[in-house]
Amino acid sequence: MRTIALRVARYRPEDETEPTMQEYEVPLREDWAVLDGLNHIKDHLDGTLSYRWSCRMGICGSCGMTVNGEPKLTCGTFLTDYAPGPVTVEPLRNFPVVRDLVVDISDFMGKLPTVSPWIVDSEDAAPAEGEHLQTPEELDEYQQYSMCINCMLCYSACPVYGLDQDFLGPAAIALAQRYNLDSRDHGAHQRVDVLSAADGVWSCTFVGECTTACPKGVDPAGAIQRYKLTAATESVKSLLMPWGRRSDLPRPSGADQDNNAWSREVR
Amino acid sequence: MAAPARRTRAEPLLWLLFSSGGVVAALFIPVLLLLFGVAIPLGWVSTPDHAHLLAVLQHPVTRVVLLGLCVLALFHWAHRFRYTLHEGLRLKRLGTLVEILCYGGAVAGSLISAYLLLWAW
Repeated sequence: MRTIALRVARYRPEDETEPTMQEYEVPLREDWAVLDGLNHIKDHLDGTLSYRWSCRMGICGSCGMTVNGEPKLTCGTFLTDYAPGPVTVEPLRNFPVVRDLVVDISDFMGKLPTVSPWIVDSEDAAPAEGEHLQTPEELDEYQQYSMCINCMLCYSACPVYGLDQDFLGPAAIALAQRYNLDSRDHGAHQRVDVLSAADGVWSCTFVGECTTACPKGVDPAGAIQRYKLTAATESVKSLLMPWGRRSDLPRPSGADQDNNAWSREVR
Repeated sequence: MAAPARRTRAEPLLWLLFSSGGVVAALFIPVLLLLFGVAIPLGWVSTPDHAHLLAVLQHPVTRVVLLGLCVLALFHWAHRFRYTLHEGLRLKRLGTLVEILCYGGAVAGSLISAYLLLWAW
């Protein structure tokens, strides 16, 4: 049977101070992804290898790793594309490594709820009035951003995030836009402070690597540029009309809803 | 992430200047270069006589349009060069100095172009 070499980054913090590379020979099968190779190692060659995976069908977003230098979902990256090898598998860049191929994602998990990535309801339209109807055109406005699976390949690809971890980052901004652009959402005003901050959209220099890396066809770079225009327009408006309400962005009517309350608790 | 988000008042305006500078530079500079650098020297279009061209250049609308093009293109450069220095050359610690040099350069260049276009002739 044909085989291919997998050069896998190992890091065992209890005995090593630096990561090392370890090479394994795995079967080269037509239908095997890099993740199948890793599972083969774990099951048959070396049970001590640590990595994250779950669905193996590009939905859960947990098997992101750096394959031959590029951020990839290992379940959708086929070994035959790298034949005759070797294939280098490293943890996602720009994240602290916990062990072997497992990275610490708590930075992203902390940032995500700050953009209220859920539909902020209007108190005017209580569910009792029935469904919130939406036209196909209204769906098209946000649908591509809703494909994000939080795999963080875009953070791994983003050179700005690599230099400055305070940057809110591509996926969080794209997800904020997923809800801002949804006709049923009324939460744009509660996302504006985080998005318009210096560490929000303004940190992005439109390198575009996030969009190249995204395995789901989301265009975070486009979402960020689009929000820059929204934020700049708001900013010019508030300069020209300082007496007006700070923001014309849609807000829920009635009392000030505090949908961020739980996210603050999470943090 | 730091809890209270640091808001920035200047950044949106600088980005608008950067963005519009990029658009006008990309739209008009290639046209001007093609016209005066290629088409006229190669005789693809008839060469305008000197008096006619001078009259066009001295028209107030032409001066204002050229000034707008110069100012916006300079601010486009300033913003891009600031980020090139900040991130490309890792000079973020010199942030304020870099900003003064870049945007100050754009302001100086704008004043010079205003002088040349509006007063010098």
